[in-house]
Amino acid sequence: MTSYVAVIDYGMGNLHSVASALEHAGASRVVVSHDPDIIAQADRVVFPGVGAIQDCMAEINRLGCDQLLKAVLASANQPVLAICVGMQALLDHSEENGGVDTLGIISGRVNYFGAGLKDDQGQRLKVPHMGWNEVVQTKPHPLWAGIADGSRFYFVHSYWVEPSDPSLMVGSFDYGVTGCAALANENLFAVQFHPEKSHVAGLKLLSNFLTWDGTCS
Amino acid sequence: MPLARRIIPCLDVDQGRVVKGVNFVGIRDAGDPVEIARRYNEQGADEITFLDITASHEQRDTTVQTVERIAREVFIPLTVGGGVRALSDIRALLNAGADKVSINTAAIHNPDLVESAAARFGAQCIVVAMDVKRVSTDQEPPRYELFTHGGRKPTGIEAVAWARKMAAKGAGEILLTSMDRDGTRDGFELTVTRQISEAVDIPLIASGGVGTLAHLADGITEGGADAVLAASIFHFGEFTIPEAKDYLAARGIEVRR
Repeated sequence: MTSYVAVIDYGMGNLHSVASALEHAGASRVVVSHDPDIIAQADRVVFPGVGAIQDCMAEINRLGCDQLLKAVLASANQPVLAICVGMQALLDHSEENGGVDTLGIISGRVNYFGAGLKDDQGQRLKVPHMGWNEVVQTKPHPLWAGIADGSRFYFVHSYWVEPSDPSLMVGSFDYGVTGCAALANENLFAVQFHPEKSHVAGLKLLSNFLTWDGTCS
Repeated sequence: MPLARRIIPCLDVDQGRVVKGVNFVGIRDAGDPVEIARRYNEQGADEITFLDITASHEQRDTTVQTVERIAREVFIPLTVGGGVRALSDIRALLNAGADKVSINTAAIHNPDLVESAAARFGAQCIVVAMDVKRVSTDQEPPRYELFTHGGRKPTGIEAVAWARKMAAKGAGEILLTSMDRDGTRDGFELTVTRQISEAVDIPLIASGGVGTLAHLADGITEGGADAVLAASIFHFGEFTIPEAKDYLAARGIEVRR
């Protein structure tokens, strides 16, 4: 199986880390682009995201990345990995920036952690949720292959994803709330953490993505 | 709490070379930040901070190139600071592969830089670095103020109020260095660490003065720091990152292994 990967670039910052990590994980070729023709030729697609959701959505829509992503997901033969804000953009609505409608590809919401966040022992929790947290693999999935349940991944976010259909969730984290660390639907796998910054566990997840056939079995 | 406390080795880099020396067994080039970052990555460091102390602005292209080289090989978060003055500096470092950029003196001269940087690039990548010194006498309640120029120049700005202001402007994290302790190996200045950690909702990295593994633990348990930064105890091979993590775990602190 070849592993020519397109990273969708909608102009919101550095994508070199994602591209470098994919190359390190064994991708035969990585391109960073928002050209539909280039993305159509790739074996698999990464939808990254960093920054504020309002700016991200504006650029996604301006560059036609919304239609592009929907076409890729519908094609079913290109596995897709969405990362962080890329994952959040898939839902219906985010509380960030005073409330922003997002792509509506996955039904659900993106919530603020909120001021006064506390853990179950009443200890105050800082926001952003920044650092290495444990990811509980709530469902088996090919992208978890060879990664121990409870492995730590690097998170940095102030908003968390809550899909309407809890059965889409394949990984969770605890940080005052039990949030969605990973969700999967057909050829889509989406993660709140940054696999490209999560050392051994992150690189393993990326290498699993490079050999994934896009099915959940 | 499941979130691990972070251990962050810090590299001081001048014109592309690590200064203050590094003494790892088997390292080919002790001055090469890429080689050293790779070594810390292998040891299981949770993040790496890279402080550019190059005096001349003209030589800063070297920093961008170094960051690019590190980011191609090191797949943990990388914070870069030193001499960041404008949005264009931040953009260049983020594009080179930095995950977070730390702003110090420029935030004092222009606090709105923090606000515009957080709005443009996201709060998660904007770290405000604060160099503080105690200005009160032993008889007075402890009071700390910001200093610039390596602790030589007072600003008169009270530290806790400043941290609150920076958090309100959109900083995603505070990097707090005690200039009284920096280089002393006497341990973190725990009073100001605790004051600021309690005053803001954003994560705090404690820095300055680490000489033992107990100091790292104290910064977390007594100072309330979310992450601890150290240079010399790791650079000179006195302790490895795994040894530090073993020690913290034995003290009941969550770490990533």
